[in-house]
Amino acid sequence: MRHIISLLMENEAGALSRVAGLFSARGYNIESLTVAPTEDASLSRMTIVTSGSDAVIEQINKQLNKLIDVVSVMDLSEGEHIERELMLIKLRAEGDDREELKRLTDIFRGRILDVSDHTYTIELTGARVKLDSFIDAIGRDLILETVRTGASGIGRGNRILSL
Amino acid sequence: MEMTGAEITIRCLQEEGVEYLFGYPGGAVLHIYDALFQQNKVKHVLVRHEQAAIHAADGYARSSDKVGVALVTSGPGLTNAVTGIATAYMDSIPMVVISGQVPTFAIGEDAFQEVDAVGITRPCVKHNFLVKDVKDIASTLKKAFYLAKSGRPGPVLVDIPKDVSAHKTEFVYPMSVNIRSYQPPGRGDSAQIRQAALLLMSAKRPMIYSGGGVVLSGASAQLTDLVRLLGFPCTNTLMGLGGYPANDKQYVGMLGMHGTFEANMSMQHCDVLVAIGARFDDRVIGNVEHFAQVPRKIIHIDIDPSSIAKRVKVDVPIVGELKLVLNELLEVLRASRQKPDVADMATWWSQIDEWRATGGGLRYKNSSEIIKPQFVIETLHKLTGGDAFVTSDVGQHQMWAAQYYKFNHPRRWINSGGLGTMGFGLPAAMGVQLKHPGETVACVTGEGSIQMNIQELSTCKQYHLPIKILSLNNGYLGMVRQWQEFFHGNRFSESYMDALPDFVKVAEAYGHVGIRVDRPADVEPAMKEAFSRKDDLVFMDFRTDPTENVFPMVPGGKGLSEVVLSEDL
Repeated sequence: MRHIISLLMENEAGALSRVAGLFSARGYNIESLTVAPTEDASLSRMTIVTSGSDAVIEQINKQLNKLIDVVSVMDLSEGEHIERELMLIKLRAEGDDREELKRLTDIFRGRILDVSDHTYTIELTGARVKLDSFIDAIGRDLILETVRTGASGIGRGNRILSL
Repeated sequence: MEMTGAEITIRCLQEEGVEYLFGYPGGAVLHIYDALFQQNKVKHVLVRHEQAAIHAADGYARSSDKVGVALVTSGPGLTNAVTGIATAYMDSIPMVVISGQVPTFAIGEDAFQEVDAVGITRPCVKHNFLVKDVKDIASTLKKAFYLAKSGRPGPVLVDIPKDVSAHKTEFVYPMSVNIRSYQPPGRGDSAQIRQAALLLMSAKRPMIYSGGGVVLSGASAQLTDLVRLLGFPCTNTLMGLGGYPANDKQYVGMLGMHGTFEANMSMQHCDVLVAIGARFDDRVIGNVEHFAQVPRKIIHIDIDPSSIAKRVKVDVPIVGELKLVLNELLEVLRASRQKPDVADMATWWSQIDEWRATGGGLRYKNSSEIIKPQFVIETLHKLTGGDAFVTSDVGQHQMWAAQYYKFNHPRRWINSGGLGTMGFGLPAAMGVQLKHPGETVACVTGEGSIQMNIQELSTCKQYHLPIKILSLNNGYLGMVRQWQEFFHGNRFSESYMDALPDFVKVAEAYGHVGIRVDRPADVEPAMKEAFSRKDDLVFMDFRTDPTENVFPMVPGGKGLSEVVLSEDL
């Protein structure tokens, strides 16, 4: 099953490689991994999307907690949470397609960031499935380039990951 | 007063009460060696290869409750140390390794003797640090010692660039250490402990399985109390030998791939299993699915939550320091009016005695013609009364030492269990002998393993370490040969050690005493002679039966009850 794991870690050199190294050394999947400092510059917040059996996910949580630089870990999938991912996508936009692509972008609540004679560059945020659906709706032929950040997640309401 | 980073490094070791520093100098650590030269509190032991420095620090730590400390230079110094660090990591040994690094301004430029020490060691240390500012040396070393010995222990690497060891700052050694992201477990959960007690009282076929964690946490006394109070059978893992006394009648021997028949059968057929400081690894329970076929309740007590439910499902997990958890469990059990059912226990013990009688225990057919390796270990046990420190290398000799030397005390059996590092025995024995001068330290090895760090005979000479080396020389990489005989159609691919040196002459060349023993009748006299030489290192080259195999054996991937017993019996 797919899980979104959030963690806070010391914002120190090499901390990211400890997490990445753990996943490769123990053969765990990483679908995506995002990391950036928080409002407290000494802390980084990381979101990892992974998958595995319940036993594997339990081990992932325990092994992450065992890393000395990791301050706290939360499996967001265990409760209500919000997941967002940002995608920048460059499309071939020519002739009749230009109007159609603009309509589709509006429907998905995307924004066109850059326009040239032959291309649109579009910004879209949402959960993974929404971004996937947009790609499906456009069709592979028109896609020139795709950049996705990977999911960031946060718990709903009082589910707070802090020190 | 301002001090250099090098001086601060040595001062920190003094503050930590470090007695011995095992190391090897080189360019990146010259400042640190210079500071070491100008003091006399920390004694340095110059090894002949960095791997040996780490193993020696490791042996020192395993035979005491102290942190082992080693110092190596950058590049090849560090890479040579990696095998030792991984060895310590797999067996959770508290250790601080200081490595030199090229100057900060040269890092990343492929400088001479540069290697990414933090990157290379990351998967085999509890934690590591690169110190980029001289002001951080003292606090980093304080953290390193704290991390190494607290919680589940392990090796910690501190990489110090050469310019950082030359820069100056005020020396302040922190009195305490606080790492917000690291809180090692203390007491166990009381409700879980009460639940464990209830389960224990209701058991019909209970089993206590204890591992290296008991030895490391100094919980042998608590374990022994628990086993005796309950009247249950107890088995130790390879790493846990000595955690429960081998001469006790409730002890059923070591379990696992080369464990006793009774230990493995009891483990397989018990209905309530208590695992204490053990981790159900593949060499201990064999095939996981086979093990899970028999329904049983499992109580698992460990300081590391990630060890729990890693390979087997656990019914009552208890995370905490073993001593504290066992003390609380003992209190609960003593206060309870309930006792294990007498009739059930009698039935269970008669079953175990039956296994003891039919199976196997540990037996071999001795010979008057050719030296049986088991006989050498039995003689060692007899002559030292089970009280020697025994280090070993890896292979058949390691298993025979584990089977036939009956350890009654913890921290006496020093071996590389997790990583299985050949070349561990002799340097580890150096660390043990330095920690315990005047005590008998025996290194049980083979002609294969000993050659992986034989250069340390030179270190032994320099520091007058009267280690007794028992080499079971069968002319083969014995365990490899055994597997080739069993599983590869007797095709002994590269397992014959051709062109062996004359080990007596090798020992003599290093200034030690060498004895070659060919006949069974000479085993005991030779050993007596060796042990009577209190001040000499004696290398005993026992020419043993090359066809002897280690039994019982649970073949790899098989279940505990699918054990192969010796064909001799």
